[in-house]
Formats: sequence, structure tokens, C-alpha cells
Amino acid sequence: MPLAKRIIPCLDVDQGRVVKGIQFMDLVDAGDPLEQAHVYNAEGADELVFLDITATHEGRDIMHDVVRQTAEQIFIPLTVGGGIRTLEDMRKMLHAGADKVAINSAAIRTPNLITECAEAFGAQCVVVAIDMKRRSQGGWEVYTHGGRRATGIDGLEWAKEAQSRGAGELLVTSMDRDGTQIGYDLDLLKRLDDLVQLPVIASGGAGTLEHLLDALLIGRAHAVLAASMFHFKQVTIMQVKQFLHDHGIIVRFI
Amino acid sequence: MITIIDYGIGNLHSIERAFQHVTSEVIRTDDPEAIEQADRLVLPGVGAFGACIREVRKRGLEQPIQKAAARGVPFLGICVGMQMLFESSSEKGWHTGLGLLKGSIEALKPKNSTLKVPHMGWNVILPMRLTPLLYKLPEDANCYFAHSFFANITNPQEVIAYTEYGDILPAVVGRDNIYGVQFHPEKSHDVGLRILSNFAQLV
Repeated sequence: MPLAKRIIPCLDVDQGRVVKGIQFMDLVDAGDPLEQAHVYNAEGADELVFLDITATHEGRDIMHDVVRQTAEQIFIPLTVGGGIRTLEDMRKMLHAGADKVAINSAAIRTPNLITECAEAFGAQCVVVAIDMKRRSQGGWEVYTHGGRRATGIDGLEWAKEAQSRGAGELLVTSMDRDGTQIGYDLDLLKRLDDLVQLPVIASGGAGTLEHLLDALLIGRAHAVLAASMFHFKQVTIMQVKQFLHDHGIIVRFI
Repeated sequence: MITIIDYGIGNLHSIERAFQHVTSEVIRTDDPEAIEQADRLVLPGVGAFGACIREVRKRGLEQPIQKAAARGVPFLGICVGMQMLFESSSEKGWHTGLGLLKGSIEALKPKNSTLKVPHMGWNVILPMRLTPLLYKLPEDANCYFAHSFFANITNPQEVIAYTEYGDILPAVVGRDNIYGVQFHPEKSHDVGLRILSNFAQLV
């Protein structure tokens, strides 16, 4: 049987609380991370992603606690991203209990960080997160700092470079679609699948079951990440998996 | 008592926590004597084979591991820990392993080029024979894999379960008291916890 497609709920965490915004802005409180992690785990989530969107140092310590508590109780892969700047930041997060660490802005600033982390901890725990926005003249541009800063870097080129530098996985967010619930950027996903050998996690835009199916079937993504549609209980993980299964996608049932 | 061999590489917290979830007594150690006398040994491993086996040897742990294994204590290698049970690896150079099982560790190159490497995610394991390690697993049990190298086994009798990824790959290996799992039981939800619990109860 081929690999099951992964359904990954994503929790944006600010000062120890789950929040959700639209196109990276207008944050609203969406609950307690540990409590939600338990619910998703029981429903059959294949993996969890915590994105720490806190900017402060004390926020970082709170995040370590959230990760530690979650890893003590939940036995599925846990990816943590947000504000990881150095090898040491990554080490601390792994020691707190993360299985993988996502690096974003820091990888753009210091691409060698990808290689260093992969050599120190293994490629399997290095996720390169890329936020991209469509360019009016075609193609995609990479943004950093939570989507606030344009880099002028071509998204597809950067995806290839992340791979050659040792990333184990790519988490690609379409900023045009994030929080809109109008569907993933399927062109972007297809282009990425043609271009890189790494597993791609699709992010940004999920609103309906069909969107998830499209990302996996048309976009050929390996995993789909979604936040809004799960947090606001529009659907459960089980409903998603049953729907995908009914449409011929291999998923993991618990 | 479960003794987790801590040779300084990788993150053992998740393995330790998962064992604590299913059994009461778990220790982590790099003490050769404690390892030699352990009554249940776990050899974890992440990252590169060469770096792992080098650290095991640098700490003088190979002999104690061999002695404990020969004594017949239940022994479980996980991921690169499983790979180290074999004779050699061609990951970044050529390295000898512990040689407890026959075969070599080689790069994963799925014939179907649309399949990505690493083999990362949930895949079903297909048991070839009955074993207490896989006692009471559901049918089509899914386990979490994350690896770019696989065990090219010499002796098919030493494969307990396969998984399919382009080719069939050994997922659970072993003979007598020696077991290895290519996937991460500590990250494989209830299926993984069941396997760890079974291991903790092996006699």
C-alpha cells in the first residue's frame, strides 16, 4: 500500500494560546493548544504543527512548555516552527519534545542553517517553511517575518535550494489563500511536485473537503495542513478522512 | 526495567516518554556496565549511521551491547538503531554495524520515480509471521516512518514484517531476542504504544 496522505491540523500559538488570523492578520483566540492537540490526536490527526507566532522571549519559554506538555501526552509527530533562528534554538525545541522543527525567515537569511541543522539532527527533522505570494507577472515570491517582508526571491527556486541544502520536507503556504478558505493554490503545488523530490505539505486556503481532495489529487501534495476549518469545527479529522477515502485517497484510520 | 542506550545522538525524550506511558521503569544510560547487565535494551538512533555507530564505539558500548544481546535479553533497535543491528552501511562512506542480523543498509531508491525520498509518513506494516512484538495489533496497522536508507536483508527469515514503498522494505526485523523496527513506534500513536508495551512484556 502506498504512503497514506497526511492530514495535519496547524495551531498558531501566541503567548500559549491558539490564535487564527486571516491572511496573517486580525488574530482571534481559538483555544488552548494542549487541549486541542488531545482532541486532534483522538480524532486521528496524522501529525501536529505548532507555529509560534509570539515575538518575545518569554513567549518562547511558554512555547517550550506547551511543546513539552504536548509531547508527554501525545504520540504522533509534532512539528514546531516560528522564531527558530539558530542551531541552538532548534536543539532546544527538539529537546522540549518536537520531532521536527520548521525554519522560515532564518533559512532565507542564512541558508546554511538548513545544512547545519540537517547534519546535526538529521534531514528528517528539518522542515523548511516557505510563505509565498503570487507575482502579478507570474510565478511566486517568498515572504518572511510572518508574511510581512517581501524578499524578491523566487519561490520555486528557493524550494529547490532548500532541498539541495538538506531539508527533509517543505511546508509551503500560499499567502494569497491563507485564512480565506477558498482552496489551496493548486498551480503552485503542481509546480513544486514537478520540481522537488521532497514531500510537500500544502498550506493556506483550505475551506472545504473538496479543497483537501484537490490539493492531494490535483496538487499531488503529500500532506495537507489546515487550521481554520478544524479550529472552528466545520469538519472533524474523521470526516475528512472518510471523505478522502471515499474518493480513493489512502488515509490512515485509527 | 527498560534500559535506553544513550550515546549522545538525537532526541531520546520521545522514546523515553512513550515507554513511560506503557511501563513504569525506564532509564537512559551510557554506562557500559548498566548496559551489559540490563534486562531489556533499547537502541535508538536518528541521523547518519556513521555518526551513530561511531558514538556507540567511542563510548565503549559495543562490547556491552554484544554481551547483553548474546545473553538473550530482549533487545529493540529503533530506526537507525535498527539499522545498526546489521553488518554494514553504505550511508556516506562505508561503516560496519553490530552484525547481529545479516544484511547491509543501503540508500532507498524507489523504482517508481514519483515516490519521494525520505520515505516519510504513515505506512501499513504487513506481518510475515507471528511474533509477540506485534501481538494484538489491528489489521492494516499504520506506523510512522522517516528514513532514506533501508535494510537489504540477507536472510528473509529475519524479516518479521514488511512495508511497501515502491518495493517491499523490511519494517520489523529480528531473530530470537533481537528485534528492530525501521519506523518510529514512539510516534506511531496507539499502534506504536502497543508495540512498545509488547516489548516491555517480552519474556
